[in-house]
Amino acid sequence: MTTPVMQLQKLDVFYGHFHAVHGIDMDCDAGEIVSVIGANGAGKSSVMKAIMGQVGRTQGQVLLDGKDIKNLRTPERIKQGVALVPEGRRLFPSLSVEENLNIGLYTARPGGIGLQDVFDIFPVLKDRRAQRASQLSGGQQQMVAIGRALLMNPRIVLFDEISLGLAPLIVKDIYKILPKLSAKGLGVVVVEQDISRSLAVADRFYCLLEGRVTLSGRPADFTREDVANSYFGMDH
Amino acid sequence: MLGGLYAMFALGLAVSVGVLRFINVAHGDMIVLISFIFLSLTETVGLPLIIAIPMLLPIGALIGWVLQRGLFQKAADGNEMQIILVTFGLSVVIQNALQGIYGADTQKVTAGGIELQSIHVTDTLNIGVLPLMVFVTAIVMIFVLEQFLYRTRIGTMIRAIADDPSAARLVGLSSTKLFAVAMVVVGITVGIAGGYMAIWTNFDPTSGPSRLLIAFEVVVLAGLGSFWGVLAGGIIIAAAQTIGATYDSAFQVLGGHIVFLLIFLVRPQGLFPKS
Repeated sequence: MTTPVMQLQKLDVFYGHFHAVHGIDMDCDAGEIVSVIGANGAGKSSVMKAIMGQVGRTQGQVLLDGKDIKNLRTPERIKQGVALVPEGRRLFPSLSVEENLNIGLYTARPGGIGLQDVFDIFPVLKDRRAQRASQLSGGQQQMVAIGRALLMNPRIVLFDEISLGLAPLIVKDIYKILPKLSAKGLGVVVVEQDISRSLAVADRFYCLLEGRVTLSGRPADFTREDVANSYFGMDH
Repeated sequence: MLGGLYAMFALGLAVSVGVLRFINVAHGDMIVLISFIFLSLTETVGLPLIIAIPMLLPIGALIGWVLQRGLFQKAADGNEMQIILVTFGLSVVIQNALQGIYGADTQKVTAGGIELQSIHVTDTLNIGVLPLMVFVTAIVMIFVLEQFLYRTRIGTMIRAIADDPSAARLVGLSSTKLFAVAMVVVGITVGIAGGYMAIWTNFDPTSGPSRLLIAFEVVVLAGLGSFWGVLAGGIIIAAAQTIGATYDSAFQVLGGHIVFLLIFLVRPQGLFPKS
């Protein structure tokens, strides 16, 4: 059996005395789309931040290709091959589109794609490369955030709240990109509140509730009701 | 021409406020510190100006780096008030240390007559060589700063952190390293400003706060949109002071402050705000 590209083993996340994530096991293989669903406060974003090294205290292991990266700082983790498309996109508003994308190149794992490749995926960004990021629409900003993450030459891309604040049509477009990324051998982890959209595209999913995995597996193996019950924490 | 000197005072502060996001109350004292170091290099050590002046740049850079890594970085982990208080304390420390070492006397670095030379333009207009040098240097400094921040990789990363420090962390930018670079840049501008100030005007260990006040007014007038705005702000304050002085020498400093207040009331966002 091959080792998954990314593995979380017994991951705990703490904010001060608050225990936000309880001993989660999770993995994502190359070329796989893994969906992480759960209501607000279920711990989804905490897991993403823990993978990136952006929460104060964690326990357990964060493995990339079997190697524990938990003690590395964020820049080194990116150089090992994880990249995040953050919740709310988090572009640098006064920087141009091209400069925002370049930030991804500056922090990248060596040997990745170039700006032109991103413009091939998102042609609209090429025309707007000199514009400030703050002048873009929400969907275009998400494209820049995705482009920035791809330029980091990741093996795993994490999408935190991928559709939050975007118009439904735009969300549809953004979701179309995910299979293209996994087809290139990237591991894709998508954090989402919209159950049906996220399960439609996922190879596997994890449902989180109050910092614990309540259900995981292949979407086809469960009924909608099963998923809804573990999403809202209702007993059978 | 005096505007060039004021712009120089203010450039480093503009970087502090606009990029590093804190008000360095010790900015004026750092300039004065450089002036005193310059004095020691020329008078105590006896170095010729041509050697002493270039030394001020690395000295300023070193001071900037040491302060950032040793002091400001640690203080920045707290709230915004903390770092301002720390720079306030630094200001007092620098002033007292200078008084302890050099005494309270007013000092000046003599530059072998260059202060007195002027270029004859017309019968009624002579331009001093030193003011012209200051002005040209200020323009070059602004040009280089703009190129550095807008055309280089490291400048782009520094602006990204200034935009949104927590987003910058998410994409793997190290604020510790980049802020140290920005403070080195501030230190270099302080080195140049302190060098010129030592030749142009008298200074004593407590001159810092008045330099800070001018720098602060220039930065507020300019807004944080462009370093060229800093030059405009410097010229406005200097012109107001000069006009004030023609009525009464007591109005020189006051003139600058009054014009600052008037413009500030009309345009609180500054003349060249960050859009």
